Amino acid sequence: MSNVAVSTRPPEPRPRSGPAAHQRRGRPTRHRDDGRAGYVFLTPWLLGFAAITAIPMLMSLYLSFTNYDILTPWSDVEWIGLKNYERMFGDDPAYWHAVKVTLIFAFIATPLKLGAALGVALLLNRSFRGSGLFRGLFYLPSLLGGSVALAMVWHSLFDRGGSVNAVLGWFGVEGRAWVNDPDTALGTLILLAVWQFGAPMVIFLAGLKQVPTELYEAAEVDGAGNLRRFLSVTLPMLSPVIFFNLVLETIHGFQGFTSAFVLSGGTGGPVDSTLMYTLYLYIRGFANYEMGYASAMAWVFLITIGLVTVVLFRTGRFWVHYSDGDD
Amino acid sequence: MVSRTSARRPFKPRSLVRPVVLLLLTALVLYPLLWMLGTSFKAPEEILNNVSVWPQSWTPANYPDGWTHFDVGFGRYFLNSFLVAVLTVVANCTSCLLAAYAFARLRFRLRGLWFAVMIGTLLLPSHVLIVPQFVMFRSFGWVGGPWPYLPLIVPHLLATDAFFVFLMVQFMRGIPRELDDAAKIDGCGAYSIFRYVVLPLSRPALVSTAIFSFIWTWNDFFRQLVYLSDLEKYTAPVALTLFIDSTGQSAVGPMFAMSVLSLAPVFLFFVAFQRLLVEGINTTGLKG
Repeated sequence: MSNVAVSTRPPEPRPRSGPAAHQRRGRPTRHRDDGRAGYVFLTPWLLGFAAITAIPMLMSLYLSFTNYDILTPWSDVEWIGLKNYERMFGDDPAYWHAVKVTLIFAFIATPLKLGAALGVALLLNRSFRGSGLFRGLFYLPSLLGGSVALAMVWHSLFDRGGSVNAVLGWFGVEGRAWVNDPDTALGTLILLAVWQFGAPMVIFLAGLKQVPTELYEAAEVDGAGNLRRFLSVTLPMLSPVIFFNLVLETIHGFQGFTSAFVLSGGTGGPVDSTLMYTLYLYIRGFANYEMGYASAMAWVFLITIGLVTVVLFRTGRFWVHYSDGDD
Repeated sequence: MVSRTSARRPFKPRSLVRPVVLLLLTALVLYPLLWMLGTSFKAPEEILNNVSVWPQSWTPANYPDGWTHFDVGFGRYFLNSFLVAVLTVVANCTSCLLAAYAFARLRFRLRGLWFAVMIGTLLLPSHVLIVPQFVMFRSFGWVGGPWPYLPLIVPHLLATDAFFVFLMVQFMRGIPRELDDAAKIDGCGAYSIFRYVVLPLSRPALVSTAIFSFIWTWNDFFRQLVYLSDLEKYTAPVALTLFIDSTGQSAVGPMFAMSVLSLAPVFLFFVAFQRLLVEGINTTGLKG
């Protein structure tokens, strides 16, 4: 799932020190056999990395400088230099719209989702009768929420005649067709994302369990109240887990596709208000067959996500606290 | 001890806050799911403007209606989905286990580099590669071919799901190395250690991989939408979107009936393996 909370170094296969290593040194080693076996076991992965990841990436870079559209034969494909990029940045209002929609979605849905996840995790942290049941129930939307079926349910709930309006009506609030209104359609997508707070919640719960109770006791002895304990013990101790969830969910947020596709019927409408970046990429590449243009979009997407990740890691230095004395 | 403190503590209205909040949350979280289930049993005239989870009169008619709503029956779509999911499970379990064994247990040149590369691909969005992959698979004649599931399955045969490789590496770190050493003394090489030590002990990691592979493939939409163009070959999620285009009010009931069926396998997995699923996300992230 991530390289954030764990070491990115490969595990050490055999300890090189200690009596065992000393004993082994005397005998002929199996190093060469081991080395060959290593590559035998790694062959599928190496093939996959080359054929499914590396070569397509290079191909995509090449395509992004062409007018390739899948219908014309390879011999007619033209190198058009930076034209795709120029068009994207200067001559395609829908592109910037997609960027805006995606940024709004990622930077609103992620904090809301993590806030909900942390809040509920704190509620469930003390074990009581049925706490496991609640944990399971709240996790369920994370498994189901990304599906086409749930996006359809969401559409119905937020439609003009849907349940949301009916409930608002009980309080005398006049409803609207939330999914068909450019001002609110993206909001419904954000709510659908927040509804799936269960997965980060479970990770928060595991993190909370690791906070040493002595710290709370010490804080209590020092006269710290609930809020103080939360701010001075829970938050710093939990910061690596918060950071892990933040990176994961932000990257995840950039890639929302299914719900936007289903709620807008594949168009990103109304008035491009749910035109997520990946949906626009799909429309350009697979509805209009502008594969060169879509490749350029994909590369900008990749670089953007990379930059966002780097920025998150940079800022993480200032607020993520590792208790094992690394820094 | 516990009872004494709780007996001494006077009743505070604040102690009611948590249960009330939790119950409200449960209602909010479960409502969309229960509403979908209830609505799939409502008659057409009841579906419009109905907040209630409970149908006034239960009718199962939406299920047969939905099953045969399109020319190709939904049975076919579920079968296709099932086929893709099961083959993905088998492919992931095999290929990721092999790669994980190499990373976790064997020593070979450039191992550190390849491991770093594998970690690097963890966060690579699939949308970035979809265009060139599509072009490539199309040039192989796989897209729109007689068996268009090859582009969905072959990448898994080649261990491109770095997440599962990583999960299994993490798991294999926990298998005691003394077992390897003992096997070595008995004359086992890398292959026999894999067959007789690591493979049998990796069962829990394989089960996690199988469950997550199944659920994610079953729910996957983007790649299936891109690669499947023939109505006959659609999987359940892609087929469900056909309901979006058929706008008639009569389609709503059947649509939710099929939606319920499409979520049923995931739900059953959830019920059967709840603890494993919840612990699964923890082992992947926080151990190590």
